[in-house]
Amino acid sequence: MELAQANYAAPLPLLKRIGLPDWLFAAVLAGGALFALSRYGAFMDGYEKAILVCAVPAIAWLGWFFKPVRVLVVLVAVLSLLAISLYGGSLADAEKTFLLKYFLSSQSAIVWMSALIFFATGSYWLGLLAKSDFAARTGSALTWIAIALGFIGLMVRWYESYLISPDVGHIPVSNLYEVFVLFCLITSLMYLHYERRYATRGLGAFVMLVVSAAVGFLLWYTFERGAHEIQPLVPALQSWWMKIHVPANFVGYGAFSLAAMVGFATLLKSNHENPSRKSLMSVWVAGFALAAALALESIVFRKSGASPYWMAYFALTFAIFGGIVMLRGRIAPQLPALPVLDDLMYRAIAIGFAFFTVATILGALWAAEAWGSYWSWDPKETWALIVWLNYAAWLHMRLIGGVRGVMLAWWALGGLLVTTFAFLGVNIFLSGLHSYGTL
Amino acid sequence: MTSGAASRAVPRTALLRQAVELLSSMRFAISLLSFLAVASVIGTILKQNEPYNNYLNQFGQFWFAVFETLSLYAVYNAWWFMLILTFLVTSTSLCVLRNAPKMLAQMRTFKENMREQSFAAFAHRAEFDASGPDVVARVAAGLKQAGFNTKLAVGEVGTMVAAKAGSANRLGYIFAHCGIIIICVGGLLDGDLLLRAQMAFGGKEIVRGNPLISEIPEKSRLAAGNPSFRGNILIPEGGARDFALLNYADGLLLQELPFKIDLKRFVIEHYPTGQPKLFASDVVVTDKDTGKSFEQRIEVNHPLIHKGVAVYQSSFDDGGTHVKLKGFPMSGERDYSFTISGEIGGTTVLTPDSAEKALTLEFTSFRLFNVERVGRGEPEGAVPVMPTLSEKLKQGLGPGTSPGKEKEMRNVGPSIGYKLRDAAGQAREFHNYMLPMFIDGRQVLLAGMRENPNESFRYLRLPIDTDGSLAEFMRFRAAVLDRSLREAASATLARQMLPPDATDTFRRQLAESARRALETFGAKGYQSVAAFIEKGVLEAERERAADIFVRLLNGAAFEAWQLRREKDGQRRLPADDATTRFAQDSLNAMSDSFFYGAPVYLHLNSFDEVKASVFQLTRSPGKNIVYLGSLLLVLGVFAMLYIRERRAWVLVKPDGRVLFAMSALRRGVDDDREFARLRAQLGAQIGAQRGAQSGAEGNGSPGVA
Repeated sequence: MELAQANYAAPLPLLKRIGLPDWLFAAVLAGGALFALSRYGAFMDGYEKAILVCAVPAIAWLGWFFKPVRVLVVLVAVLSLLAISLYGGSLADAEKTFLLKYFLSSQSAIVWMSALIFFATGSYWLGLLAKSDFAARTGSALTWIAIALGFIGLMVRWYESYLISPDVGHIPVSNLYEVFVLFCLITSLMYLHYERRYATRGLGAFVMLVVSAAVGFLLWYTFERGAHEIQPLVPALQSWWMKIHVPANFVGYGAFSLAAMVGFATLLKSNHENPSRKSLMSVWVAGFALAAALALESIVFRKSGASPYWMAYFALTFAIFGGIVMLRGRIAPQLPALPVLDDLMYRAIAIGFAFFTVATILGALWAAEAWGSYWSWDPKETWALIVWLNYAAWLHMRLIGGVRGVMLAWWALGGLLVTTFAFLGVNIFLSGLHSYGTL
Repeated sequence: MTSGAASRAVPRTALLRQAVELLSSMRFAISLLSFLAVASVIGTILKQNEPYNNYLNQFGQFWFAVFETLSLYAVYNAWWFMLILTFLVTSTSLCVLRNAPKMLAQMRTFKENMREQSFAAFAHRAEFDASGPDVVARVAAGLKQAGFNTKLAVGEVGTMVAAKAGSANRLGYIFAHCGIIIICVGGLLDGDLLLRAQMAFGGKEIVRGNPLISEIPEKSRLAAGNPSFRGNILIPEGGARDFALLNYADGLLLQELPFKIDLKRFVIEHYPTGQPKLFASDVVVTDKDTGKSFEQRIEVNHPLIHKGVAVYQSSFDDGGTHVKLKGFPMSGERDYSFTISGEIGGTTVLTPDSAEKALTLEFTSFRLFNVERVGRGEPEGAVPVMPTLSEKLKQGLGPGTSPGKEKEMRNVGPSIGYKLRDAAGQAREFHNYMLPMFIDGRQVLLAGMRENPNESFRYLRLPIDTDGSLAEFMRFRAAVLDRSLREAASATLARQMLPPDATDTFRRQLAESARRALETFGAKGYQSVAAFIEKGVLEAERERAADIFVRLLNGAAFEAWQLRREKDGQRRLPADDATTRFAQDSLNAMSDSFFYGAPVYLHLNSFDEVKASVFQLTRSPGKNIVYLGSLLLVLGVFAMLYIRERRAWVLVKPDGRVLFAMSALRRGVDDDREFARLRAQLGAQIGAQRGAQSGAEGNGSPGVA
């Protein structure tokens, strides 16, 4: 009894759970926003000011809800400001200043982020396979640092865009390169939240694989295509809507990717608990389907010159997923229990669905202003609808049909294929109004 | 969309009941969602609403007809797509109608009349031995503290404290599903349904082809009061329009507007890198009813809205730029030029004297700015230099931009596009830049040509002389082709090449070879030279022979050029590096020009630009309805996913036994956790828990502090 009471202390309302540091955090945010308003208010229109003001409670709430975010936000702010002060108003200084050149300039920070995400993934796997808590903890720590560097990279990139020319400057969520960075950050951050909430590091190895795949694409996109060059905004993108539409969308994409990896873990776990030929087959199929989804880019780009890179990428992806299925006996016991996986998958899809709904509606509102129609059946819009319908069906099955377990895991995996196509495939294969991110 | 729940309304027949049952079942809903997704895919793979000719070219007669029958060219307006949507709306409405009354009732009730025996059926249940006074009050207070609403009911077996929380979850269901219905209805209003109705019942019909506006008959004109439409209009600078054109199937309709738009000016601005920065139209809008007018700027993302009609900046075009061209012959031995003028969109007849038949000249496009990647070679299509790995790595680090990058992209000035069509209707397309470009160390004019629109342009590089004009190249071209100069040029060359003591025979032979070189080249450039050598020389000797042949050709061409200059009263040019290089470039350009396919090259001499702005005009009565639906949908989704509905019952019996049970609409880990918390809390508040526990928490609920 005593123990139970200690464990299950009565929940306090949010406002009582927050202490002095939380209020301090909110005060710092508010101060920063006020400073920005007073100094740069003349450059913003009413909507942009409103977004800035609303960002304060939103980030404060995020920090209260998920406490480590407070440290992250402060760290990112301090280091970004340091980078900005080192720049001193001139892009040329990036070459001269050690800190900028190797750490804090946007590209350096993002390349660091990429490297750390690979290391984090490796650590999580080491933790899983060697049953080492230390390695798994290292994975978490590396992921946190990677996220911090990624956000610093985006912040500094934002500033750099203004250094090119004041009329070029814009928030870095405007093209495929920038949103890929955003995707890595949001997915990792959401994963860390669940890691903390469910007190399990077993899934890091799975979720970070998706993020690593995204980083693999990002690096190719940077070094082979030079996609990291900051581009000015075409007229259609010059709108405050972009600031909310794009991030909302990527909460959706990130959550759906996370859910798919949890789905794969569910298949492994359930095969482990109830082994059968059929379920083993399905695990193999799922593994290769996932590998194929993540290696989609390599299939597409196999002819386009950079073949050794993509061949390696393709082979590695399949090797990893093949290896996972081979080592299932070692991996599965380390995974959280099935009800936890089920709950986690549901939560990820719920938050993803909610944000994706909002993002699609925001997109419609923006489209009404930019293209003259809130819905034009443009390929990107249509595929967004398809993604939405897919997860609407998923939620119906779970919430109303009471379906659980393997079936939902499969559906979530299928969802990743649809999501990947909506995110990347449309840009590669279909043209339309959303042609900002063409490859 | 609850499955299996019995309908409240008593259906008249079993069939109807079965139909309603099917339509409102979850299986049906999921099938519909999947159908809709798959149907939507079709429209993203096949480009929608293209001109019918494009489809005809792509699929051929047979499949074109098949696809047309299936309405695949406008999937999202197809009858079967509408049918799926109708089913979706019907199914959703049925679900809401069936479930909403029950849900609203559920939201109100506390279910305080639950019997004691029912407690045993709950997965989440516990028993306590209460001690101390006011147990009921303490229980109620505890539940309230945990966020529940409570209701007391005193019965025979004891006092029931019934509690519930998160009832808004049910509202979420109603909101979200009503939202979907409202969005579909609003979207339907903005689709082409009203237009189709006017065509079916209002006697309206489309006109095909390319009629003049004044020729569009009354039955193809829609009145200004038309509640829903989406059209386009192109207005040239200085022009005015009071209508929009609606494309429908393979024809169009004219939509009258309640106002007139005068385009004063269309503005394009570019970034230094060449990407567009601003598209804006300065317009004057004159209301037809009041006669009042006002000025406004329409930009992308900043539409004009007047009388319920929204006017969007959609695109831009040429509005009939006046151009003056200077023509040069590209075949024959005459050296002359002529001027011709016209405007973009117009045509004129061209009768160069070297062409046997007249050609129709169609002015197709004019561009003031052409931002091209220059410095590496011709615009586009140059092979990039492969950087080493470390260079690449360096590029990828540092700030997200590298200074100097923009130098690669440069505005290379205006260009003109035109077509030359022969009597048989065959046309070639040409694309010529107005200004010379500096490519590979030389000033050249690029003259582009292609035979069909799917190819990209291939460019001739016409060398520019020191005066910056084409005159010298044209003189050179005529000289090389001039039969009357060949004899003299070859003789001069032979004299220059051979020492003074060479025999006459040898000199004559050399002169003859040089003359033949000129003659061969004059037939079809290097291609005929290659054919000539291949035919007349053994394989082993070809390389050497070609070398000599080309040297003779160069020399003879140079001499012919100089002779022509003297004839024209110009001084001889010295054979220095610059001159020989010019001659060499000219020969190369000439050789390519045999494949130019046109008797003339037309150079853009001057222009007076007239731009045109393309607007999209819409009146969408469903827009606000859709927005309302969207708001409901968002509220509903968040309520459904983030408000947990749960109930608790505490039965306080006179003997001190307290029964506690909890249920949740959809039990999740959170509910297991909350039950454990509440159980502990109640235990602390009213007394010790009895041994019997529920098995709920053994279910692997994660141990989170």
